[in-house]
Amino acid sequence: MALVEIEVNGKNMSSEVEERQLLVHFLRDDLNLTGTHVGCDTSQCGACVIHLNGNAVKSCSMLTVQANNASITTIEGLADGDKLHPVQEAFRENHGLQCGFCTPGMIMAAVDIIKRKPNLNEKIVREELEGNLCRCTGYQNIVKSILAAANKV
Amino acid sequence: MYQFSYLKAQSISEAVTALSSNPESKIIAGGMTLIPTMKQRLASPEQLIDIRHLEELKHIKIESNNILIGSISSHFEVSTSDIVNEHMPSLAKLAEGIGDPHVRYMGTIGGAISNNDPTADYPAACLGLGATISTSKREVKAEDFFLNLFETSLEEDEIVTQISFPVIKNSCYMKFPNPASRYAMAGVFVSKSDTEIRVAVTGAGEAGVFRWKEMEDALSKDWSVTTAESVKLSSEGVMSDIHGNSDYRANLVNVMAIRAVEKLINEH
Ligand SMILES: Cc1cc2nc3c(=O)[nH]c(=O)nc-3n(C[C@H](O)[C@H](O)[C@H](O)COP(=O)(O)OP(=O)(O)OC[C@H]3O[C@@H](n4cnc5c(N)ncnc54)[C@H](O)[C@@H]3O)c2cc1C
Ligand code: FES
Ligand code: FES
Repeated sequence: MALVEIEVNGKNMSSEVEERQLLVHFLRDDLNLTGTHVGCDTSQCGACVIHLNGNAVKSCSMLTVQANNASITTIEGLADGDKLHPVQEAFRENHGLQCGFCTPGMIMAAVDIIKRKPNLNEKIVREELEGNLCRCTGYQNIVKSILAAANKV
Repeated sequence: MYQFSYLKAQSISEAVTALSSNPESKIIAGGMTLIPTMKQRLASPEQLIDIRHLEELKHIKIESNNILIGSISSHFEVSTSDIVNEHMPSLAKLAEGIGDPHVRYMGTIGGAISNNDPTADYPAACLGLGATISTSKREVKAEDFFLNLFETSLEEDEIVTQISFPVIKNSCYMKFPNPASRYAMAGVFVSKSDTEIRVAVTGAGEAGVFRWKEMEDALSKDWSVTTAESVKLSSEGVMSDIHGNSDYRANLVNVMAIRAVEKLINEH
């Protein structure tokens, strides 16, 4: 077992974890933050995307111990109380989801894309979503939501 | 995943000592290859030695016309580095084409070349530019580093510390990515310096990355798109899998080489 100190959604956590524990299981099983999903075992779907020190990464492909002393934001940490984050709001307004399974990862990825790419267009959004799969929407409204959010942020 | 212990190394020498004292230990950098492999139980190291935070391995600088990249520099850092973008945009573009944004934040150049996946991108840049790889023990020319599929000349207790790329502005990487994974189905790195022309191919060779000598020789005699079009890669020794057979892949290599030469001729 190893002792880790991780800031999750603004709160400092100190925990004993197994070395082999994946970060996504720390979030879901130990902290009950079940908004972060697991959609594959090949590191390709992006349902598990969270922010590690501000960057979007796949929490299924890293160990909790690798995140020691880091700061993490999950989908639960995005809204400001009852006020949705602009990207969340844009997904709601533009019908950017159907079953919703991919949505937390999509939104965490989208926040990161908007931060990195000042002049977003449809082509760039589609390229940037390379690491996020959706089985329902055909991506149309996801792309629309992200472009709408980019104009607001 | 099987049980293992975890060491956050405080220095290169601590990591090397830990590696040599347990043959079942492994370095972890970005983990973007190692962790998926361990999840599938295809690797089961007894100990992971984490080097990703070591400042001595984290730099991108330019010195006497070489770009020096510390081994734990992420694909994101290389693709957005001012130095790389200014002096060798071909390398920045290659890094930007690896996987997806999440993989690029975590994955490192040292991990990518140590792994020597036959469809990885960086090995083509190393061979195509004539890079020198520094390790905890020595300096190795790219030609002597990549040996075979997932096999390098690294010894059990050796760590890649830096990759040094000679600046060759006249260089270009063209890749046909696998639509699902973004790994190269065929990737061709072409460089033309004052002294030589290099053509390195990834994604296609049954023994991993290789230099395509016939194409290099032909282009050295006559640097033109017509020449690039006239040389054909034999499909012997070219990979064949569900994504494409060897004829198809050999042809893709040809197409990528032509596009790279075309782009270089139009731009310079
Ligand atoms: C979804 C997905 C898509 C991808 N797409 C591409 C792609 O399009 N093109 C591409 O090239 N790659 C791709 N990759 C692989 C990616 O580039 C990895 O980052 C890279 O192959 C390994 O780097 P790493 O830092 O993550 O290494 P790790 O996974 O940490 O390590 C890989 C291996 O190298 C060893 N190692 C790591 N660092 C060192 C070092 N400094 N010295 C000695 N040994 C070391 C480790 O012990 C391990 O055996 C993809 C990966 C994923 C998950
Ligand atoms: S669960 Fe699919 S990429 Fe993480
Ligand atoms: S909305 Fe169902 S997977 Fe994307």
